[in-house]
Amino acid sequence: MIDNIPLNSFLVISTLMFFIGIYGFLIRRNLITMLMSIELILNSVNINFVVFNKFLYPNLLHGHFFSLIVIAVAASEAAVAIAIIINIYRNFKSIDVDNLDQMKF
Amino acid sequence: MNILTLFIVIPVLTVIGILFTKDLKQSRLVSAIGMTAQLILSGILVYLYMTERSAGNMAPMLFTFDVLWFPALNIHYAVGVDGISVAMIALTGVVVFAGIFASWNMEFLSREFFISLILLATGVFGFFISLDLFTMFLFYEIAVIPMYLLIGIWGSGPKEYSAMKLTIMLMGGSALLMVGILGIYFYSVPEGGQLTFNVLEIAKHQIPVEMQRFLFPFTFIGFGILGALFPFHTWSPDGHASAPTAVSMLHAGVLMKLGGYGAFRVAIYLMPEAAHEQAWIFIILTTISVVYGAFGAIFQKDLKYINAYSSVSHCGLVLFAVLMMNQSAFTGAVIQMISHGLMTALFFALIGMIYGRTHTRMINEMGGLMKVIPFLGVVYVIAGLASLGLPGFSGFVAEMTIFFGAFEHIDVFHRVATILAVSSIVITAVYILRVVGILLMGPIKDHHFDHLPDANWYERLSTITLVVGITFIGVVPIWLSDMINFSLAPLMEKLASIQLPGM
Amino acid sequence: MNSYAYTLLIPLIPLFVFVFVGMAEDKLKGKLGGLIGTAGLGIGTFLSYYTAYKYFIADHVAGTGYTSFKAVEVTWLHLTDKLTINLGVLIDPISVMMLVVITTVSFMVHIYSLGYMEGERGFARFYAFLSLFSFSMLGLVLATNLFQMYIFWELVGVSSFLLIGYYYEKPSAFSAAKKAFIVTRFADLGFLIGILMLSFNTGTFDFQTLTDPHGLAIASTGGAVFMGLSVITWALIFIFIGGAGKSAMFPLHIWLPDAMEGPTPVSALIHAATMVVAGVYLVARLFPVYAQGGPVALEVVAWVGAFTSLFAAVIATTQTDIKRVLAFSTMSQIGYMMLSLGVSGYGGEEGLGFMASNFHLFTHAMFKALLFLGAGAVIHAVHSNDMNEMGGLRKFLPITHLTFLIACLTIAGIPPFSGFFSKDEILVAAFHSNKILFGIEYFVAGLTAFYMFRLYYNIFWGHDRHYHHTPHEAPLVMTVPLMILAFGSIFSGFLPFHNLVTSDGLGFESHIDWMIAIPSILAGVVGIAVATVMYKTKNALPEKLSKSFSFFYRWAFHKFYIDEVYLFVTKKIIFNYISRPVAWFDRHIVDGTMNGIAGMVQFASVSIRGLQTGRVQQYGFVFLGGVVALVLIFVYLF
Repeated sequence: MIDNIPLNSFLVISTLMFFIGIYGFLIRRNLITMLMSIELILNSVNINFVVFNKFLYPNLLHGHFFSLIVIAVAASEAAVAIAIIINIYRNFKSIDVDNLDQMKF
Repeated sequence: MNILTLFIVIPVLTVIGILFTKDLKQSRLVSAIGMTAQLILSGILVYLYMTERSAGNMAPMLFTFDVLWFPALNIHYAVGVDGISVAMIALTGVVVFAGIFASWNMEFLSREFFISLILLATGVFGFFISLDLFTMFLFYEIAVIPMYLLIGIWGSGPKEYSAMKLTIMLMGGSALLMVGILGIYFYSVPEGGQLTFNVLEIAKHQIPVEMQRFLFPFTFIGFGILGALFPFHTWSPDGHASAPTAVSMLHAGVLMKLGGYGAFRVAIYLMPEAAHEQAWIFIILTTISVVYGAFGAIFQKDLKYINAYSSVSHCGLVLFAVLMMNQSAFTGAVIQMISHGLMTALFFALIGMIYGRTHTRMINEMGGLMKVIPFLGVVYVIAGLASLGLPGFSGFVAEMTIFFGAFEHIDVFHRVATILAVSSIVITAVYILRVVGILLMGPIKDHHFDHLPDANWYERLSTITLVVGITFIGVVPIWLSDMINFSLAPLMEKLASIQLPGM
Repeated sequence: MNSYAYTLLIPLIPLFVFVFVGMAEDKLKGKLGGLIGTAGLGIGTFLSYYTAYKYFIADHVAGTGYTSFKAVEVTWLHLTDKLTINLGVLIDPISVMMLVVITTVSFMVHIYSLGYMEGERGFARFYAFLSLFSFSMLGLVLATNLFQMYIFWELVGVSSFLLIGYYYEKPSAFSAAKKAFIVTRFADLGFLIGILMLSFNTGTFDFQTLTDPHGLAIASTGGAVFMGLSVITWALIFIFIGGAGKSAMFPLHIWLPDAMEGPTPVSALIHAATMVVAGVYLVARLFPVYAQGGPVALEVVAWVGAFTSLFAAVIATTQTDIKRVLAFSTMSQIGYMMLSLGVSGYGGEEGLGFMASNFHLFTHAMFKALLFLGAGAVIHAVHSNDMNEMGGLRKFLPITHLTFLIACLTIAGIPPFSGFFSKDEILVAAFHSNKILFGIEYFVAGLTAFYMFRLYYNIFWGHDRHYHHTPHEAPLVMTVPLMILAFGSIFSGFLPFHNLVTSDGLGFESHIDWMIAIPSILAGVVGIAVATVMYKTKNALPEKLSKSFSFFYRWAFHKFYIDEVYLFVTKKIIFNYISRPVAWFDRHIVDGTMNGIAGMVQFASVSIRGLQTGRVQQYGFVFLGGVVALVLIFVYLF
């Protein structure tokens, strides 16, 4: 079934996801949402990996492995990030990034 | 082991020893032992040097030792001494020794304090024994860095500001110096030869005059900043005022001498042609230093500021003499370095001791101290008299040698500069006597000072060591001047052999 | 000639005493320090007299001149290729004469002080300083070369400083000491420049080489000229500035009256008999150079001397502090000596002035020390320096009174006291050289007699005054030195100076020229007579006179306001207009520039640090913008 869907459609989807992710990352002020946006970006990349693997080198699995690695990294990253966010929340009673501008000067 | 390497090894061992100590008592004991050993070693070096020379060893540098350290740039660990460096090493030995005893009661972070202090001394000793420009520079940096910590942590007043100012200005000096040294390196030998940092090697060839013209100001100002050359001297009053006693002693007594020594050993020795051409600019600046420092001192109210300005004046005289470029003036410059080193160390030691008792350094808050602390008072008067160039003390010998050397130039420019510099001795008398009068004489101004304790044994040891040094040079100067004179021979030959443009 | 090597001990013994007493000051109880010092100087005095005997009489071959030679000499420092500083002992007529003068007066002062300084805090310190002074002064007169002289010159200055400031808890004493030191130091600057010029041009410091009449030392200067005068003349004038500073010649005299803040024995020793004549000694020492190399310089010496003697004598007539009167009198008498050197020629009869100057130096040392010590005894008895608080003391202090009278007669130039002979020689020398100078000195001779007897009458006569506690005569330890010095004042005039101390070492015939002597005695007598009328008994005459000349009197009383001028120049101009601006300039301009550079760096960093907001999302925007921009660049431009 996948053969019937043209490559461009996948790419359009992943590009949309990517930019939605970027948009979310830059615009949303909530750290959790930002984390979710990052997940979106990562997943858009995963889609690209898988799709290109399928269309360009159907008998190889490198792209799949890559997306698996990315998923694993994303999982650990999410764990770390949420741990950080929890700590930030404990310290600032807020997870709004606008309040977190101590890293200046 | 080469005797000169010991001068680095002993302080390093002392530093390691201090690492294992627990409290003030232990750490000061270890440092005292280490620096006493160093002082004895300096004495032995002077003795060995004299015997070698009287045995007829005519080599320009003695006790040389040379290992290749970094082949890619042909950097060597090359050491060796002549009469001048021996004299400077002896000076450093004495001042560091006195400095340790002057900070006998450094309660706060004593271990770290002594480590930094001795590290600084290591740098200074290393600088004086080095023959290789790169290692010389390296040791110079080693000496400057602990300064920042010493002032920033153990200082008083606006210590961070002063420490920062001092370090940044000196670093600026090193930056200029680096340019100069690298330039010398790249032109050290004629086209195609193996480039070298070794001073003796470089001196064998002539650096192209066009390059000298460019490099000389960098090198001279680089060292000049350390030697408090006008207008790059302002780190000195602030730095000295904020530094703790022993650091002021070491800094004014020894570290500022690196400037004079370097200007002489590197700038003048390696680039005599350019030195000759550009001397007039720097003679003007140093003459200003000499007179201006003295005038600046008259108006100050803080003891340390007074002494810092007086140092500007006296160190200006060192550079002034170096620029006169003849044998007597060079001899005078070296004697002046030693003399001022001892004298100013003594002054700072005394100021520290007085401050430790009265908790003020403002002269108008004190008065009549001679009656309460006669020992310190008398030594202060002795230091003052030495500073204003009284015969019998080292300052007189140095100043006279410089003035006679400078007077050998017969043109009007040099004459005027010389006479202006000579006139500083009167101004010096004015500010020294003003301080002595306000501080020590007259009735006791503040009844809090009625029962101050006089000097302890370690304070006496510290000051007497320096007084003995000053008097010894002042009474029997001939051994020192002969030792220096002899070592000037290679330089004088080089100066005589060059074709001076316009002569 | 090395049989004179022992002379080295004469200065060295006081040095050892100084070091020993100075170090052990606290431990020397009671008068021990003083006794050690006195004993040391006693040995020195004995050695000096022995040297004088040996040099002038025993070793002297009749009919030949006195030679000069070095008893000891060592190299102290190699200054330049040509110049070497030596330290040594030079024996010649003037140095031997000075040895006698210094050790005699110093020994007397040492003994006298055992009584005068009794019970003072720092008694041992006083003797340590006295020994230091004796050492330096002896080193000065025995100097074999100009530079050794300069070394000891400075040391003399500092010991004078220490002794004037002996009562250091008194602010006025210390400021007087400071003033003395700085003024003489300023003059020494001239001396040093003079030495630099002279030694550079002649290539030597050595007195024997410099003053050798057949030598080439001066000729080798090549006649370089600066501003119309030869370099050698300039050098000599500069050297004379040094001498003028030490000898309190106008306008460098301001320190001497203030120096009277020191203990009286010190004034007697340093500021009357020995140190202040160092300037005279300096010119005398270099006299052949002055005579041959710089007649103009010699003229300067003569005029400065003459002016100072007049100037100081005028001021002396108005002062009321007895020590200050004596101080101005000292200045005036030193002016005589300078003048005498200035009008002298070189060799034989021509050198009369030279001889007269040294002669007067010798006699003056005796009678002026006597006057000061006498004044000390008076002060000791009345506890005041002001002559208005004295009067009728002749009954209480018979010995002091008698010796003081002898000294006054001596200084007034009444025969047969020694002052008559030496002053007469000076007047003769001046008369043959310059009539104006002679006129001035003749007038000053009268004036001297007047002010000395004004002093004498005010202290010992006048109306009888009631004292709180009856003044009593000083103890024997103080009066014996007075008597010895009085003896010296009476008889030292009969010494055959014209055979002993001459400009070229050869004796010459000298006799009293009654054509000049009689008028000069008359001047003295008139001076004394006027003083007698005015001051012997209390009357209204002095008051009236000072009223009628009130303007002039006020100026003289305030020492012609020279001090105020100096104070203005130093305090107002140097302090306010040089030192303060320099300090300001350093803090604000030089340091300001450095801080300004630091400020610029800081400003630059402040203005770009705004980019570092700390907001992650802003960074993200910039990052994205950057990526987009790069992509566009790479896509469209390449």
